[in-house]
Amino acid sequence: MTPLERNDRLIRIGLLMIALSAISILAIITVFIFEQGTPIMFKYGLKSFLLGRDWYPTEQSFGLLPMIVGSLMVTAGALIIGVPLGLASAIFLTEFSHRRLTRILKPVIELLAGIPSVVYGFIGLMFLVPFIRENFGGPGLSVLAASIILGIMILPTVISIAIDSIRAVPDSYREGSIALGATKWQTVRLVVLPAARSGIVAGIILGMGRAIGETMAVIMVAGNAANIPDSILAPVRTLTSNIALEMAYAGGEHREALFATGVILFIIIMILNTLANVTTARQRRK
Amino acid sequence: MKTRGIIVRNFSHYYGQVRSLNNINLDVYRHEILGIIGPAKSGKSTFLACLNRLNDLIPGSRVEGKIEVDGQDIYGPDVDVVALRRKLGIVFATPVPLPMTIYENVVFGLRLLGNDERRELDRIVEDSLEKAGLWNEVKDRLHTSALKLSGGQQQRLCLARVLALKPEYILLDEPTSGLDPISTMKIEESLRQLKKDYTIILVTNNTKQAARVADRTAFFLMGELVEIDETHVIFTRPMDKRTEAYLEGKFG
Repeated sequence: MTPLERNDRLIRIGLLMIALSAISILAIITVFIFEQGTPIMFKYGLKSFLLGRDWYPTEQSFGLLPMIVGSLMVTAGALIIGVPLGLASAIFLTEFSHRRLTRILKPVIELLAGIPSVVYGFIGLMFLVPFIRENFGGPGLSVLAASIILGIMILPTVISIAIDSIRAVPDSYREGSIALGATKWQTVRLVVLPAARSGIVAGIILGMGRAIGETMAVIMVAGNAANIPDSILAPVRTLTSNIALEMAYAGGEHREALFATGVILFIIIMILNTLANVTTARQRRK
Repeated sequence: MKTRGIIVRNFSHYYGQVRSLNNINLDVYRHEILGIIGPAKSGKSTFLACLNRLNDLIPGSRVEGKIEVDGQDIYGPDVDVVALRRKLGIVFATPVPLPMTIYENVVFGLRLLGNDERRELDRIVEDSLEKAGLWNEVKDRLHTSALKLSGGQQQRLCLARVLALKPEYILLDEPTSGLDPISTMKIEESLRQLKKDYTIILVTNNTKQAARVADRTAFFLMGELVEIDETHVIFTRPMDKRTEAYLEGKFG
């Protein structure tokens, strides 16, 4: 073996070790969460965790259903608000606006992703929550408030990934469509968006991941009552909020129940990601 | 007596400050194949794009002079550009089927018009693919992705998709530049058949192709029309020295 070849080999082994250690850190965290969270789930029964409606962790009542429903509602709400807005912005910025405007606006939008979530939460608490309370009733701290704040928070992700994937659609598709007598809008709707679909969906999945994992902003505007909300104006507690709100004073089984919350959050995110990946893969094959 | 379909008078085109076509004058007769030859950047493709106003898509595009199609000034104020593009169908150099099935590619333009009658669409798909010489190769897989076809098949699909719109003129922009000899032969064969029903303008950087299929040939050079005449005249006794030099391969 020449010295150069030996050098290559050393570098290869070095990189392999670094890659393995990064992956193993993630693996250790996953194992740790499951190791801490699963015993208590089996002790009291999976059903009581997933379907129990009462969360009184100091009295051995660990029903997580309100939080599961809460996380799903708030995430769905964020998507209902964020996806149409984000997609419309991306379509405008790629297909209908002046190129110079896009060059200015896209970095500005990406900058929004850098605003700390506590700031979003604070703005929500100061302006949105009173607005909802005065105009729609209820305490203001609500599913609606959390959905709107999260919908805005996922906009940068949805918009910038949608812009990239719409830009990646070859211009020849647009020319072909217009040459066949399509208008600009028909071209966007029938050719460009379908061609960019998998990228757009990937952006939505990332946005969804951000929405379901977001904690701080949600705690500040959601009200955090551990009940299943009966309307979008009612307060709600999400899985992430559940952990963050109680971790400071939880001990013993209560602490384990919070890890169990983490396990369920982990599994929900896995399921949603897999579903989204499967649907995009299926569309791509078609 | 031949009738004139397209009349081009004192026509110039600019990209921003750059003049890409300079004072073009020519006529296109009905039911002929007009070949346009010339080296790269001579304005051939721009000329085609100007005929159905695809040049509108390019920022900074500007025209002077006049183009009439069937007596209508196509740069006039009340031209229906969408209808114009249906009337003058274009096939590009690189075959670009839209990312959908073969069937949907052919009926794309018809669906835009709101035509959704299944039986009629079926008939038009068969008819158009037949004319483009592709029917036999794809009739069993009309509902599979058009992107899986070979390059030559994709180009014939692009032709079929234009034919489905029942255009009167077919503009071809170097339609065989990326294709193998057999695919090229099939397309040229289709063109000879199509001449009966359509007027065809064929831009090509392959002079032999013009010699094989065009009735008349125009030679473009650096945005100018050097000469236009019967194909056999252009190829045997051209009037202009530059045409002769180009055909002999002295430049290009």
